[in-house]
Amino acid sequence: MTQKAVPLSKDPTPRDPMPAAEDLVVVPVRHPLRWVAVAVVALLAAMLIHSLIVNPAWQWSYVQGYFTDHQILSGIVVTLELTGLAMLIGIVLGVILAVMRMSPNPVVSTTAWAYAWFFRGTPVLVQLLFWYSFAYLFSNLSIGIPFGPTFHTWDTNSLITPFVAGVLGLGLNEAAYMSEIARAGLLSVNAGQHEAAAALGMGRTLALRRVILPQAMRVIIPPTGNETISMLKTSSLVIVIGLNDLTGAAQTIYSQATFLQIPLLVVASIWYLIMTTILSIGQYFLERRFGRGTRRTTQQQRPGQRLLAKLRAQRHDDSAQAAAGV
Amino acid sequence: MSEPLVLAEGVRKSFGSVEVLCGISLKVDPGQVLCIIGPSGSGKSTFIRCVNHLEKIDGGRLLVDGHLVGYRRAGNKLHEMRESEIAKRREDVGMVFQHFNLFPHMTVMQNLIEAPTKVKGVPKQQAIEEARALLKQVGLSGREKAYPAELSGGQQQRVAIARALAMKPKLMLFDEPTSALDPELVGEVLDVMKELAKGGMTMVVGTHEMGFAREVADEMVFMDAGVVVESGKPREVLANPQHERTKAFLSKVL
Repeated sequence: MTQKAVPLSKDPTPRDPMPAAEDLVVVPVRHPLRWVAVAVVALLAAMLIHSLIVNPAWQWSYVQGYFTDHQILSGIVVTLELTGLAMLIGIVLGVILAVMRMSPNPVVSTTAWAYAWFFRGTPVLVQLLFWYSFAYLFSNLSIGIPFGPTFHTWDTNSLITPFVAGVLGLGLNEAAYMSEIARAGLLSVNAGQHEAAAALGMGRTLALRRVILPQAMRVIIPPTGNETISMLKTSSLVIVIGLNDLTGAAQTIYSQATFLQIPLLVVASIWYLIMTTILSIGQYFLERRFGRGTRRTTQQQRPGQRLLAKLRAQRHDDSAQAAAGV
Repeated sequence: MSEPLVLAEGVRKSFGSVEVLCGISLKVDPGQVLCIIGPSGSGKSTFIRCVNHLEKIDGGRLLVDGHLVGYRRAGNKLHEMRESEIAKRREDVGMVFQHFNLFPHMTVMQNLIEAPTKVKGVPKQQAIEEARALLKQVGLSGREKAYPAELSGGQQQRVAIARALAMKPKLMLFDEPTSALDPELVGEVLDVMKELAKGGMTMVVGTHEMGFAREVADEMVFMDAGVVVESGKPREVLANPQHERTKAFLSKVL
């Protein structure tokens, strides 16, 4: 091959006439490294599958047996409840904090800043333990007039159960992160939108609700989906305050029979994967809903089609390059 | 003699240490069209934005429809208005921006009925019917369901005009409405504005379109460096400018 190569600057056969356009054959660029990558990945996958089949320590029969165990299922319910409630607190409080952060009132904006500083600056694990031990700090909680009479008093331990501590710990921590995400979203909306809404006689609250937030959502949704998926897994930290979520349930089962550790961790992992997959699909539909009116999102394909489309586009690019090379 | 709809007396405005309006005085009577011309940075946009209180003035007096813009007078005290009071005043003043600023997440119809229904409490069905009539007026019947991104710049600006008109304003402000448009789309927007002027709408237009100003404006002012250099009937100003700065500007744009 190389011996036949000639300097590109000179036409090798000056008298070779250019064939008609339809007689020219386009030769796409070859990608030999792709085949190397395929070989490496295939080898690793084969090793993994081989281990899954041959290594008896996976104990697939126990994975199957415990997959729908009632403890595991009730653990899933706890995980979903924790995730849902913590994200609800996180999103609502986060948006409020973001709006506060952008307030012209310096006291309000500094408060929001201090909140994020505190809750982002301490580990969520510590915060969970803190809420769990809240009774050491205040043994009773009451409503009433500050420094004045109280109307009703509760025992802290009966009010802040481990579940409530878990929701508070995860939710308040999440709010700090969500406030930054929401703020980025609000800032992403063009200043002209505020002005257009104002010029139509819309007040700040109405403009925020009808004009600014819906547009900010396009920027807020994708990272919020990430946060939700992350929360689903972070919620497993509640095992330190004795809650039986999915991870807790798995742990409870194998703490009584240690040989079950690997199969139950596999059970938990599979359930986490199922739940995060469902969340990702939900996120896709939310993004499409809030992407109304923007060209880029309205033309997006379904997640399953993306890889195919990407590959197709690449091949198209390749042949286009090849064609340009002719 | 009717009261002027817009009355500015020595209006001043600074951004930091830069004074962009150095005492603007002018008036617009009901039904009149005032065109403000002048080079970029002359302060015409800022002045128009002040009329709608999108910018707060630092000195002088600015009245719209007999009311001080942004302030309530009690005796010799001026009380700054609350957000809600300012919003209320803005209902009577329509504004069209250089970059349209349509709500991109709403269809054309939603853009048009949003403010009438949510701000004025017009029943939805009535708002839709009025919006249809306005779309017909700006030549965009049948595009109710389109999103702004699916329209050309000229069409978007016509929707923006219809959106402002949907609030039934007494006064329309145009802040260089055709400056962001491709040249071939300028005409369709100006035609809508001409029709509007013919219909008796009071308009303040910051523009670079001298042909439009000559044809439509009742009054024209030339602004430069924050002052009104010259004002008068557009034909006189354009044909026979009195000041050197006006002459220099017109020689560049005509």
